Amino acid sequence: MFDKFKAAAEAAGNTEVQRFGAKAEALIFIEGLLKKEEIKDTPGCYAVWADSPFLKGIDTKELAAKVPGLKFEVTRELAKNAKIGITQMEWGLANMGTLAQDSTAVEQRLASALSWIHVALLSTDKIVADLPALMTKMHPSTSNYIALITGPSKTADIERVLAIGVHGPEQLVIVCVDESGGMN
Amino acid sequence: MKKELAQSIHEALERQNLAGILDRWNYPATRAKAYEGIDFEAIRNRIAEIKGSAADHLEELAEKFKKSAEARGAKVFRANSPEAVKDYITNLCKEKDVKKIVKSKSMASEEIHLNKHLAKHGIQADETDLGEWIIQLAHQTPSHMVMPALHLTKEEVADLFSKETHQQQSTDIQQLVKVARKELRGKYFDADMGMSGANIAIAETGTLVICTNEGNARLVTTLPKIHVALVGLEKLVANYADAEPIITALPKSATSQLITSYVSFITGPSPNTDGSLKELHIVLMDNKRTAMAKDPQFKEALQCIRCASCLNVCPVYRLVTGHVFGHIYTGGIGTILTAWFNEMETTGDIQGLCIGCGKCKEICPGKIDIPALILELRRRVASKEGLPFIYKTALSVINNRKLFQAMLRAAFIAQKPFVKEGFIRHLPMFLSNLSEYRSLPTIAPVPFRDVFKKIKQPQSKTKASFFAGCAIEFVNPGIGAAIVKVLNKAGIEVVFPEDQSCCGIPHWGSGSFDMAAAAAAHNIKPLLADDVEYVVVGCATCATALKKEWPHLLKDQNMDSLVPGAKKVAAKTVMFSELVNKLIEEKKLTPKDGLKLQTLTYHDSCHAKRHVGIDKEPRAALAAAGYELKEMFECDTCCGMGGSYTVKQPEISMQMLKRKLKNIEDTGAEYVSAECPGCLIQLGGGLDKSGSKIKAKHPAELMEDKFK
Ligand code: SF4
Ligand code: SF4
Repeated sequence: MFDKFKAAAEAAGNTEVQRFGAKAEALIFIEGLLKKEEIKDTPGCYAVWADSPFLKGIDTKELAAKVPGLKFEVTRELAKNAKIGITQMEWGLANMGTLAQDSTAVEQRLASALSWIHVALLSTDKIVADLPALMTKMHPSTSNYIALITGPSKTADIERVLAIGVHGPEQLVIVCVDESGGMN
Repeated sequence: MKKELAQSIHEALERQNLAGILDRWNYPATRAKAYEGIDFEAIRNRIAEIKGSAADHLEELAEKFKKSAEARGAKVFRANSPEAVKDYITNLCKEKDVKKIVKSKSMASEEIHLNKHLAKHGIQADETDLGEWIIQLAHQTPSHMVMPALHLTKEEVADLFSKETHQQQSTDIQQLVKVARKELRGKYFDADMGMSGANIAIAETGTLVICTNEGNARLVTTLPKIHVALVGLEKLVANYADAEPIITALPKSATSQLITSYVSFITGPSPNTDGSLKELHIVLMDNKRTAMAKDPQFKEALQCIRCASCLNVCPVYRLVTGHVFGHIYTGGIGTILTAWFNEMETTGDIQGLCIGCGKCKEICPGKIDIPALILELRRRVASKEGLPFIYKTALSVINNRKLFQAMLRAAFIAQKPFVKEGFIRHLPMFLSNLSEYRSLPTIAPVPFRDVFKKIKQPQSKTKASFFAGCAIEFVNPGIGAAIVKVLNKAGIEVVFPEDQSCCGIPHWGSGSFDMAAAAAAHNIKPLLADDVEYVVVGCATCATALKKEWPHLLKDQNMDSLVPGAKKVAAKTVMFSELVNKLIEEKKLTPKDGLKLQTLTYHDSCHAKRHVGIDKEPRAALAAAGYELKEMFECDTCCGMGGSYTVKQPEISMQMLKRKLKNIEDTGAEYVSAECPGCLIQLGGGLDKSGSKIKAKHPAELMEDKFK
């Protein structure tokens, strides 16, 4: 299931899928990414991390102190000036490489829709086959805003030439974690 | 045709960048790839069923949606007319002191020219979908339903952006997209209201489903504190599960993608950034949809999911774009929707643009018979306004074969002046005053009925009656003779009922269903007079009439007593190649030994392939008769003949022919064959005019001396 998901997700372009056994390893990867992307405490260079089950047991204060510019409070202004937005997704669809999330909390949408790079956390065991399978898991009767995300923001509105990152992220980094404890 | 339409066609044909863009995209192949592993027929049957049943229960679903959405905290307003929509939104803006709106794509808002109305009230509405924003800056309407600015070049876009930003912008597309991002970003944050459309509205849950690739709808529905969604009633489906096949098919058909980058399911308001709850208003707009749903024929058009694949494959659309073909809603389906939403009268002209090739119908995920609905529009306009006198007279002439023959004889003797008379221009199918790309066909000195008399028939138990059709009878009797000879080789006795006349398709195609039914009525008896096993036709257009349309037509015109006869004819009718292929398989026809291999490319006439489903048979029969097939690109794309289309829309017809000729030339084959004398006149005339060595021949002519 994971392999199919990874192949489909990466086929959507500007998407990379990483897989880690443990949360700690995933965190090291994310810290590395924040460093590589030169996240700092200057508008335009922030990273915003919306409330995620992943963060359970992680000392966010310490992490924020370690990475200046990393914010755990997602406001309009901070999200507007963020280079990276991190959110945790609830489900993955293997056939299309799609991510799904209950985005009713506005922070989730701000962090994933405004930044240049969207880092999406996903528990590997939450990958289901396809849309019909997802629809048995998520229902509008319990979620006000369900968001499906596949690949980066793109357009082909000028001469049908593909261009990435028109209103939303230019890049999607999916971080899958096998260790289910602490991801749910 | 009105002068303005002719002028706009001419202008559109001068500017072929949209056609070039569609070519580079190679839509049919990329679409097929996106649908890999998916049973398209099954999914479109589901969509047709879901949307068809929604159309049957429109009122019920609208009320249910209202109830469900309101239970979740949305305000739902049901608006019958465009005015009611405009009033509601302007009043809301006034009440909430809204001065700036950001919009994600809503065709419904374009349908009612909402932006213009808001501007009059001092409210600025900015489109955020890149294509929509571009055409807003250009003060134009969409040329394509999914990619609205497809007709503009990057240079033109750069000019528009330079003007908007007061800065010279480069023509690099990636750069231009970044300019748009920067310009529009601020607008989302400043806007007092976000406005969207919806791709689906789910009655069960009161949910709006919005699909975008750019992600603009996510921002429009997130950043401003008020969200207004303008939704046409046709977006309603009953249940949550009903959304699935639509979400699955839409991106594949629209952009050859598995899924759009973003799909949002919005049910009731979500919190704003300041902790308050968003105000969510949903305007359900009728504007004739209920009336459409009540119309037994046009109800089907509500199954449309606005994927625009019907535009991408339409040979007419690609040439003239949606600015000529359609209005807001573009192409064939656009013609239908425009007729309803903007009153029938305004579209009389554009209805004539569809050549009826059926390409769109094949791939429509809503399973809509677009050409049939356009024909129905024509029929209604024709029965309301009547056809032009001269045209009507011409149509009645061809229903009377004796008179027709007399006239054509006169035409043959005095060809030039007669052609110029104007009257003959209105004779469908094979006479036109155009010769830029195509030589004029000449009327044969001896009509088929006289040729036939000289071919001695064997006595046989197996009899076939031959239906010649106008073109074989008067322009190319040689085809008829070849058909008869091949059938004779198989031991079949051919009878030619002299009382036959036109098959009625030209009348049908012009919306004159009564005259078409009269043509059918005239032919049935003579065709069944002898105890024949087959009724053989060598013309795909006639085959459509005999095999398919006559029973419907007669029923439609309340001539029920003739329907059994028509059905009997339908059951006996075979296309020549279909029968030959069968006879070869049954070993009743055996190809001669040592046939010299010749090369051939095959053109699928629209009627043969898409109306009666004959495409493999002629290829198999020709291969058996010693022809090596070299398939051309777009072998089943219309050649531009389309009966009288070539006369009514000469410029478009000629452009279609030009493309076809190139595809034929590229194969380097010795012959091009098609089982339709109309196509052969078009192709043969075109090849002749361009000085090509390739000959256009009917399968019968190519097989005449190939069997033992
Ligand atoms: S008519 Fe069919 S093909 Fe055309 S836009 Fe509608 S659903 Fe798509
Ligand atoms: S039938 Fe052919 S010409 Fe008419 S709308 Fe469909 S594709 Fe276009």
